[in-house]
Amino acid sequence: MEIDENKDYIYDAHELDVHEGQIIEKLKANSQKSIPDPDGWLDEDIKRNIVLTSLDWVIDWARRSSLWPVACFPACCAIEMMAVEGPRFDLSRFGMEILRASPRQADLMITAGTLTWKMAPNVQRIYNQMPDPKWVIAMGTCGISGGIFRSGYNVVPGYNKIIPVDVYIPGCPPRPEAVIYGIQMLQKKIAKSKAVPDLNELPNPLKKGKK
Amino acid sequence: MTTALAATEIVSQLSAQFPGAVEEAGTDAVLVKGEHLPAVVEYLKTAAGLKFDYLNFITAVDYYSYFEVVYRLTSLEFNRYIVLKTRCYTRNKPSVLTLTGIYQGADWQEREIYDLMGISFKGHKNLKRIFLWEGFDGHPLRKDWNR
Repeated sequence: MEIDENKDYIYDAHELDVHEGQIIEKLKANSQKSIPDPDGWLDEDIKRNIVLTSLDWVIDWARRSSLWPVACFPACCAIEMMAVEGPRFDLSRFGMEILRASPRQADLMITAGTLTWKMAPNVQRIYNQMPDPKWVIAMGTCGISGGIFRSGYNVVPGYNKIIPVDVYIPGCPPRPEAVIYGIQMLQKKIAKSKAVPDLNELPNPLKKGKK
Repeated sequence: MTTALAATEIVSQLSAQFPGAVEEAGTDAVLVKGEHLPAVVEYLKTAAGLKFDYLNFITAVDYYSYFEVVYRLTSLEFNRYIVLKTRCYTRNKPSVLTLTGIYQGADWQEREIYDLMGISFKGHKNLKRIFLWEGFDGHPLRKDWNR
């Protein structure tokens, strides 16, 4: 279409209407036959029905693939944690991009930062509010041992003084790669854990008198 | 940039207004006697031509033989600041008068000084520890504090 110098617009309203009409006509001409309903899923149920694996493996796989961290960032390692969450390092590749503001929806606590004794009861309370199973990563030197503030009168020398820690990530702060590596180590740890109890540990209703 | 109001400039004015209030006038700070401090600060805040209406900070220093509480006030209108100091010569329950009635921002800073240095502020409505927990032994920023 030629551009008319005298007009202050390229297409006038009528021309746009005509163009729209042509699109509709083309779509109508190409849409005379109805599209068949997808029925591929009908067989899928039968195909999927037989899976041979151990229950332990499945449960561990589910647990380690959807770790949701609780927001427990008392100090400066939180900045590095933001980088881990952000698009450059992108923790969501590992299924744990959702930082929960509520401990009741989380199963991983990444303790990013120096903890003072005044704050310690609150951190312990957050930990206690998390539902089982739950894991803790001590991030940075302050999380591991108190770091340079270790000899301070008001600093908790390591989170393992108040809550059990599964993985320690050193660094001040740790690089985002180190945090991701630490979480992968935690995933390996979870993969080895036993989720289903042994049969003889379960209460057996057939045996009378004995538990 | 905010410029310092030289202590020598203001000290004659203060001495005329409050005889005996100024203990010592250095080049950069005015040392005020503890009992006159709120009146002097009130005057600096309200007097025409001074209008020190903003409290930058309060802090305290332990010099072993005495504690010094340091105040820095800024006049937003005239873009000048002044440093006031006051001293307590006792280590056992030192106290100075509160400024919370003049500047609300003094509240938490006075609590911080009380918490870490152990200087109490007479007239403060809610003088309790702010960083450390109730029951902490001693005041850790004192030079003679030891675990």
